[in-house]
Amino acid sequence: MPITYTSQEQVEVYRFSIPAAILIPLIAVFLQAFVPLKLAFFSIFDLPLLVVIFFAVARRSQVTGLLTGAAIGLLQDSLTHQPIGVYGIAKTVVGYGASSLGVKLDVENAGSRFLVTLFFYIVHEIVYFLVARGLVGLTLQWSWLHELGSALANALLAVALFALLDRFKQRT
Amino acid sequence: MENLITRYRNVTILVAVLFAQVLGLAVQVKRSTENEPTRLIRIWAVNAVTPFEKVIVWCQHGTASLWHNYFYLRGVRQENRDLKAEIQRLRIEQVRLSEDAEQAHRLQALLAFREQFISKTVAAQVIGSSGSEQSRSIYIDKGAGDGIKADMAVITSDGVVGKVLRVYNSNTAQVLLIDDQTSGVGAILEKSRLQGVLRGTPAGEVVLEKVMSDEAVQPGEAVLTSGGDRIFPKGLPVGTVSKVSPGSDFFLNIRVKPAANLSKLEEVLVVTSVEEKEPAVNEAGPMRAADILAQRLPSVPEKPATDASKPGATAGAATIVQPPPKTAKPGTAGTTNPKPSMAGATQSPAGGPTAKPKANDATVAARPANAAPVTTKPANGTTLKPENGAAIKPATEQKPAPPPVKVSDQMKAAGNKAEPTLPKPKPQPAEPQSEPAPPEDKPH
Repeated sequence: MPITYTSQEQVEVYRFSIPAAILIPLIAVFLQAFVPLKLAFFSIFDLPLLVVIFFAVARRSQVTGLLTGAAIGLLQDSLTHQPIGVYGIAKTVVGYGASSLGVKLDVENAGSRFLVTLFFYIVHEIVYFLVARGLVGLTLQWSWLHELGSALANALLAVALFALLDRFKQRT
Repeated sequence: MENLITRYRNVTILVAVLFAQVLGLAVQVKRSTENEPTRLIRIWAVNAVTPFEKVIVWCQHGTASLWHNYFYLRGVRQENRDLKAEIQRLRIEQVRLSEDAEQAHRLQALLAFREQFISKTVAAQVIGSSGSEQSRSIYIDKGAGDGIKADMAVITSDGVVGKVLRVYNSNTAQVLLIDDQTSGVGAILEKSRLQGVLRGTPAGEVVLEKVMSDEAVQPGEAVLTSGGDRIFPKGLPVGTVSKVSPGSDFFLNIRVKPAANLSKLEEVLVVTSVEEKEPAVNEAGPMRAADILAQRLPSVPEKPATDASKPGATAGAATIVQPPPKTAKPGTAGTTNPKPSMAGATQSPAGGPTAKPKANDATVAARPANAAPVTTKPANGTTLKPENGAAIKPATEQKPAPPPVKVSDQMKAAGNKAEPTLPKPKPQPAEPQSEPAPPEDKPH
């Protein structure tokens, strides 16, 4: 398994330029809203979630990770017609968790990225389900088959997307 | 305490951020979202995303239009031929349907039934979606500047799409699709006339609720809007029943396949104005082909009325000056067949009656100028019917016209009085637009 335990001193912390930090989440939200109109199957992907995981893992800062997750989640909430905060809470949790994991594990290779994304997609869906059902009162149906399929699809996309986004990384 | 917060700084921030969002959610859920103004964060998000979407949609449509309209014209001739054949077929069908519609209108008028008509729509392009499977909504490029308001119906040529949920600015609005779980459409089954509520499910399916399980519903039956929700006009296609199964609480579980392809929407129509009015009834009934032909054919130029009053031309007879001609649209509501066949009296194609004087006697051709129904009564000669008379029969059922009434005969009946008496028109509820003029030439 390519996941290796790394000490705090060994991990590399990356930063991103301000345009990249702003535009990448915006483009992700934009594509998430636009592409499903042309390709209906694209709605199983969650590009903003992948961006949250990528930023959280690369920055390895829990506060930055949760704030990035909250901001992207609230932006995604704003495009829906549901109360604002459902995606915000779910992505805050994911941002915090991914950055916490990034501190302890080396997630620079494809295998670890696949597994991390698979795991956090499920976490995201569980938190979303609980919040939407418990707090907002939405009627949702949980299907493990559907969720696992979506998680696999997102994990595969994450491997390719993270490789693309690596170009925007800057060493601190 | 301070050390504790410093030590668990990250967790503290996480809890604080989560608490703030939960609090915000609770406030939003508690408040009614119907009359609540749109939140600023939504406006910012929409304004940040939709301009890019509009640019891409504009470029995409421009390129596609250029390609399809100027380069890729293969098969256009064949398509043109097919369309012409389709037009011919539809024309024949239209004739049949128009008669059915007229009959329905007459019955609706009898019942004082008020119909809903879509009087104005605004075409809009779909520029984006919510991007979430749990929120099935789309964004369109028309907004307050185009008269779009919340709760307006959104349709396509195939069927119902949804309703306007929010209007963000002058050129952006959000539309809630009918397959969203928070949407609801009053619907009726076309054949069985069973009414229910159409709702979306979390999985994105559309179901018809509130139909009792003892009712018989067949797959394939069309589902229409019932108009009961006061958003969608009655009779719009919604979809077809795809599956029927017994549900819970004595209701059927009816799955409906939407008529409009909700996953591939490009252009939609927003119904901005719906009028309620009583159906207009064509009192004249279907127009005869002979009448249409007679209107189109050139007619003999009519002689001016003064010609008939020349000395010698009408010796011993009275001439009637025609009322001022007025045009009337044949076939329109409230008008009748403008071609009553009266011997000795003709009518101009424009609908104005004329008097054709004969050699020794004058015939009477009195008719309101607005092409009001003309019926003949043998007892009184030519009579005028009210404009809105309900007793008018279709042209195909009109009785044969009686012979024209001669003024000279009436003079005989009146005891050879000096002045001929004209047959008076029947009293009309509407103000007559033309009065018969007194005879210009009195017989000596």
